[in-house]
Amino acid sequence: MVTLTIDGQKITIRKRSTVLDAIKRLDIPIPTLCHHPELTPFGGCRLCIVEIKGSSRPITACTTFVRDDMEVITSSPQLEKLRKTTIELLLSDHPNDCMICERAGDCKLQELAYFYGIKENRFSGERRVYKNRDGNPFVERDMEKCILCGQCVRICDEIQGVGAIDFAYRGFRTKICPPYDKDLNCEFCGQCVAVCPTGALTGKMWALKGRQELNEVDTICPYCGCGCNLTLVVRRNEVIRVTSKTDTINEGWLCLKGSFAYGFIHSPERLTKPLIRVTTKEHSAFSVQQANPTLPSFDPSVSPLAKGGTEGGWGGDSKLQTPNSELFRETSWDEALDFIAKRLKEIKEKYGSDSIGGLSSARCTNEENYLFQKFMRAVIGTNNVDHCARY
Amino acid sequence: MNNSDIQIKVCTGTGGIAAGGEEVLSSFKRILSIANIEASFQKKCSTHKVGCRGFCAKDLLVDVIVDGAKTTYQYVKPDMVERIVFEHIVHGIPVTEWQVDEDFHTFHGKQTKVVLSKCGEIDPEDIDAYITLGGYEAARKALTLMSPEEIVEVVKSSNLRGRGGAGFPTGLKWDLGLKIKSDIKYVICNGDEGDPGAFMDRSVMEGDPHSVIEGMIICAKATRSHHGYIYVRAEYPLAVKRLQLAIDKCYEKNFLGKNIFGSGFDFDLKIFKGAGAFVCGEATALMRSIEGKRGMPTPKLWRSAEKGLWDKPTVLNNVETFANIPRILLKGADWFRDLGTERSGGTKVFALTGKVKNAGLIEVPLGMTLRKIIYDIGGGIEGDGKFKAVQTGGPSGGCIPAEMLDIEVDYENLAEVGSMMGSGGMVVLDATDCMVNTARFFLEFSQAESCGKCTPCRVGTKRLLEILERVTSGKGKEADIELLEELSHFIRTMSLCGLGMAAPNPVFSTIKYFRDEYEAHIRDKRCPAAVCRDLITYSILEEACTGCGACKRVCPVDAIRGTRKMPHRIDPIVCVKCGTCFDVCKFKTIMKS
Repeated sequence: MVTLTIDGQKITIRKRSTVLDAIKRLDIPIPTLCHHPELTPFGGCRLCIVEIKGSSRPITACTTFVRDDMEVITSSPQLEKLRKTTIELLLSDHPNDCMICERAGDCKLQELAYFYGIKENRFSGERRVYKNRDGNPFVERDMEKCILCGQCVRICDEIQGVGAIDFAYRGFRTKICPPYDKDLNCEFCGQCVAVCPTGALTGKMWALKGRQELNEVDTICPYCGCGCNLTLVVRRNEVIRVTSKTDTINEGWLCLKGSFAYGFIHSPERLTKPLIRVTTKEHSAFSVQQANPTLPSFDPSVSPLAKGGTEGGWGGDSKLQTPNSELFRETSWDEALDFIAKRLKEIKEKYGSDSIGGLSSARCTNEENYLFQKFMRAVIGTNNVDHCARY
Repeated sequence: MNNSDIQIKVCTGTGGIAAGGEEVLSSFKRILSIANIEASFQKKCSTHKVGCRGFCAKDLLVDVIVDGAKTTYQYVKPDMVERIVFEHIVHGIPVTEWQVDEDFHTFHGKQTKVVLSKCGEIDPEDIDAYITLGGYEAARKALTLMSPEEIVEVVKSSNLRGRGGAGFPTGLKWDLGLKIKSDIKYVICNGDEGDPGAFMDRSVMEGDPHSVIEGMIICAKATRSHHGYIYVRAEYPLAVKRLQLAIDKCYEKNFLGKNIFGSGFDFDLKIFKGAGAFVCGEATALMRSIEGKRGMPTPKLWRSAEKGLWDKPTVLNNVETFANIPRILLKGADWFRDLGTERSGGTKVFALTGKVKNAGLIEVPLGMTLRKIIYDIGGGIEGDGKFKAVQTGGPSGGCIPAEMLDIEVDYENLAEVGSMMGSGGMVVLDATDCMVNTARFFLEFSQAESCGKCTPCRVGTKRLLEILERVTSGKGKEADIELLEELSHFIRTMSLCGLGMAAPNPVFSTIKYFRDEYEAHIRDKRCPAAVCRDLITYSILEEACTGCGACKRVCPVDAIRGTRKMPHRIDPIVCVKCGTCFDVCKFKTIMKS
């Protein structure tokens, strides 16, 4: 353990902690843009500079280990002036179009500009301009807004283990991009979007869904058994994006499904009532092929999800699932359950228990899956029970 | 070497090859064999390719050694070979008119060659030539007779400091490397020489690769490391080729590999080719580059001696530093220490260029004054112009004005006057050089080569460059000097690595010593040195113009009008100020103002 003094407060902290860790532990406010507690220290934004007694120049707290008897000052007129100049420089190469930015109000750079009162910029000059829009279906990459904090690069490499993006070019033209500056073509976990401190990375589905009157609803991801915590951002009873908090079991990390596959919630094709088949298979007007529509082919210029939940998403144009289909009729839960119970009983009596099999789902909870196998074994009397995640 | 031999040494460094070294060498071979010299004189006759000897301005340089007497010829072309062979070798009368002139002797006379002592003397592709001159004796001594602690002690007491620019004491660095315990340690040679105009490391790698390898073997022993890398920029293909050849020969002779010299010590050495980023000369960026990542400096949470390449303890030194090591071990730490000053031992190689008569690669003891270097070795200013400043340390260095010519060159003195040693670039500027433009030039380089990681360097240098561009184009504002100073101070204080911290040095030093030039640009919209294109006009001195029409013929925009044998005039509206007319006018009637 190491004991040091920060702004007059003594703190004892584990050896090999950084000065920034100690500052955060004391809850002293200090600006950072490139720091992330789960990622290796980067030292790029230079905002967490502190004065350390005995050192002639300011030192970045995120890249300095604590030492015994260190005396640290986190704020002084000189430090604040240097920080202000840093932010001015960042803003001098930024579109400053907060009016129409998806992240306005939720942007670290905007917040710093606000606190440091930067209205006019002494350093305004050439700005990076990128005309081409990344055609990937999920992540809006507006590299003009990028401040090159490198969090997306590190999370992709260190947490996700993918390494889909990195720094490219040199000098002022430095840019984060996929190999050969092509369109992003990764697993689209959206982790980069989650850590981006500015509006450089956003979800394509987030566009023009609103920035105010938002409610946050904490829930659990329904897609698999990991049980990741989600925070649904809801506006006017519509889920407009999904995030996750860092103090959760999944530490704020999500996958593609958790981040972006929420289009089903408001899809008109979503089943909200039970359906009972009215036409037998032989008399069906649809061939099997028609009844199983293929997924829309991947077209990088148009995002299937970008159309938004109301337009159907990945569901395609299946008539099978729509309530108006001539194959099915809507019904009540009571009738549906009675119907199922009756048919199961008939089949069991006529052909035996093992003529029935049950498939459960990864999207059910553990408890639901437990109940399902219990039902199959104890009520139906068969071990023919399986799970969609197995194939 | 036998004194009765005939030897021809042709420079085949990159400069020599560009000046026709390969052709001259094959001409010598052909003509010597046609003339059947060996048989008719009963002497062994040999031709050698040798490395650069520094005075590239006089390339191609050829040494002809007959019976131990050396004659050096300059500007040799293939068609001159025949006459040299017949007059000098056959008849014994050197071709006086083609011999090197006084400049050559002025240039070499005051130098002390330690690192460059074998460059230009031996065939870099022949390991035996190196061994004949005592090569690998130091490595043998280190591996078989000395303990790592003893080697470190020798290097420490030699006062050798890192020649890459920062001047960290080499012995101390090795000591740190030795004391850290680890199963794997690395030794890296930094051959990523990127300063514009600097080519000392290239010359050593091309002209004397074995001394670098030998230095690394000794370092490996001193730090108990068994793996080494030489990081060379891919833009140095000849250096890569010769180093690879040298490494292969070393493996053949068991100077590298397992159980070297039967001492039980193993050391493997590989070349890693850099992709040409200036920032990869920075130690941490260089290591990331070897790891296959983008070459970006990483914050120094750990020292390289603790966690360097692949998080293993690593000792990294510059080419020149390693090349010094074998000499120190053979001749002793005292000899080396006494060569230099109290604070830093030995010699330093400089690339002396710019408006100096004798441009080239020089090696002088540390502590020599700038005046001696520029006037005694460099022969003074080209065309007897007026000395204005000397820019040292490449893009990260500063400009030192005339009144400071008597400072003794070492790490501290250069830093004190706002410049730095750097890798050893030395650009001499005269009255025709604009200091604002010089600062702009170096900033342009630093900005283009910034890795883009930290804000002060990436955006700060860009804004600095924009202000300088504004000033040199006559759009400077009254407060620009103060803004330049503030921003320069900011970048120096806030940047992550040495490249960023030193990037504003050219601006700092030029404002400090040549503030009047900045003021002339901003207030009077005038460039005192008549360099900045937007601030000068070209005109023809009508009374002196002969009307030859030479300027009119070369003008790319037809801005010059006039009839033959009558004075011509330049239309200032059409003129794009390219300066071509100025260069071609034989009568000096075109004025820049």
